[in-house]
Amino acid sequence: MPEPALSLRGVSQVFHPGTANEVVALDEVALVLERGSFTLVLGTNGSGKSSLLGAIAGSLPLAAGRVAVEGVDITAWPEQRRARLIGRVFQNPFAGTAADLTIAENLALAERRGKTRRFRRALGPARRQGLRDAVAGLGMGLEDRLDTPIGALSGGQRQALTLLMATLVRPSLLLLDEHTAALDPRSADQVIRLTQGIVAEGRLTTLMVTHSMAQAAQLGDRVLVMHRGRVAYDLPGAARQRLTEGELLQLFDQLRWADRVDEDAAALLREAYV
Amino acid sequence: MNLLLGAVTMGLVLAPLALGIFVSYRVFQTLDLTADGAFGVGAALAAALLQRGAPPLAATVVAAGGGLVAGTVTGLLSTRLSVSTLLAGVLTSTALYSAILFIMGGGNLSLASMDTLGGVVERFAHRFLQLPNAVTLFGTSVSPGVVAMLGVTAVIAAGLVIGLALLLATDVGLAMRSAGTNPQMARAVGVEVDRMVVLGLGLANGLIALGGALFAQYQGFANIEMGIGALIMGVASLLLGEAIVGRRPLGRWIAAAAVGALVLRLLVAGAIRAGLPPNALKLVTALFVLAVLIAPRLVHRPGRPVQGARSHA
Repeated sequence: MPEPALSLRGVSQVFHPGTANEVVALDEVALVLERGSFTLVLGTNGSGKSSLLGAIAGSLPLAAGRVAVEGVDITAWPEQRRARLIGRVFQNPFAGTAADLTIAENLALAERRGKTRRFRRALGPARRQGLRDAVAGLGMGLEDRLDTPIGALSGGQRQALTLLMATLVRPSLLLLDEHTAALDPRSADQVIRLTQGIVAEGRLTTLMVTHSMAQAAQLGDRVLVMHRGRVAYDLPGAARQRLTEGELLQLFDQLRWADRVDEDAAALLREAYV
Repeated sequence: MNLLLGAVTMGLVLAPLALGIFVSYRVFQTLDLTADGAFGVGAALAAALLQRGAPPLAATVVAAGGGLVAGTVTGLLSTRLSVSTLLAGVLTSTALYSAILFIMGGGNLSLASMDTLGGVVERFAHRFLQLPNAVTLFGTSVSPGVVAMLGVTAVIAAGLVIGLALLLATDVGLAMRSAGTNPQMARAVGVEVDRMVVLGLGLANGLIALGGALFAQYQGFANIEMGIGALIMGVASLLLGEAIVGRRPLGRWIAAAAVGALVLRLLVAGAIRAGLPPNALKLVTALFVLAVLIAPRLVHRPGRPVQGARSHA
């Protein structure tokens, strides 16, 4: 039995601790992702879904808990070291690539993820050909524009390349943070199709945050619904298969209703006792 | 003719400064105020070592090393101690002021009778190339030493441009550039961003100090004020070069810095010949940089999209 791709134990994250603005972004989250699984994370704004990805990627410090990837405890690893194991695509299509560098240069950078970088020519003919083939696999015609600065491309094209970069070296875990939210519908569709293809081909363990109920109903094999820094619903396997977009919306309504009850109760208490 | 050759040589002498500014300002997108101190310390180290009889080449290399150390200190202050790059640069530059006084044992050091890189080249030229005692260029008699100096500075500047272009195209070079333009992305692909910043600022100030060392040897003296305004002069060179040569592809952009240094000195020589008082030079340089920086905004009024501009979400 191999170690799971990802395991979180008691992961908590608190912003502005000890002040009036204290926000508990993650509240003792426990989560295990099996190898090769494709999990979607849903949640309202501020429910902690982006914090969850930050906690795994190492871009946000933890208040408590352990993070392990394929059995290796990476809790103390800084972000750039975790990159050896983790590939990432951000919500902002301009965040995942370096605008001034060419397509080929960006890919060459990503191809050294988790490897030592030396004072060696980055783009020799052989490597260039390899990268060209990889870009051709996207089917966007970008292989003929390898020397174009990546900043000249559209958001959709850049996001597709970022996805390629995140998976050029096979990651133990792929993190997608609402990576189609900032794209127009056509580009979003295209990037989703690419995502499905790349994830299926490499059997990549994937954790994808999304706002889209439609995506959540169609993609992946497990759905998590985050609420107030906790995993409120965990719908694996069969439960996920039966799930429709409408039922997901109902789940959300229930959460909102629970929130309102809490707020009403708090207001009642304030009126009665303050 | 001599004036022209002098201006060109001076431009080439200052090319390493412009290249250093290219690294800190363009690759790492920081206005690194270490520049003034690094230029001064390069000049001071070279002068002090030459005075103690060090071979000119060794003195020049050690001087560049001094700048590398200064830049590394600034880099460490900003990454390890989270001091803002602006403050880190000012701190290093201020400390270097004292260092320069220590190194030179005072505010001034003349190299009048010392052997310098120029002297070495001149002897070399005499011995191996059998240069005559006077060269005639376009009908003017020019001393072969002047031509030799021009030649060697041209070789140094070209070598640095090519070397920097090759360096920035290596795996480490790409990592440095990504760390400078998009640290978030750099970390996501596993680049040690902090290490790259330290390395980059070290490289930048090493180049700047090399410029200082060449400048002192070419001028025949070093003084405590030599580094003042080096940053702005480097930025002016860079902007001028970018306007003339362009910014794409990378090799061309790097060459632009060196070309800018050269053209700036030609403009300065021309302006002084036309009657500009030398005391006004720094004022004019500052105004020039300001003009270049605000010109795009004056041409393209707010609200009107700039042609060819990319939108950033």
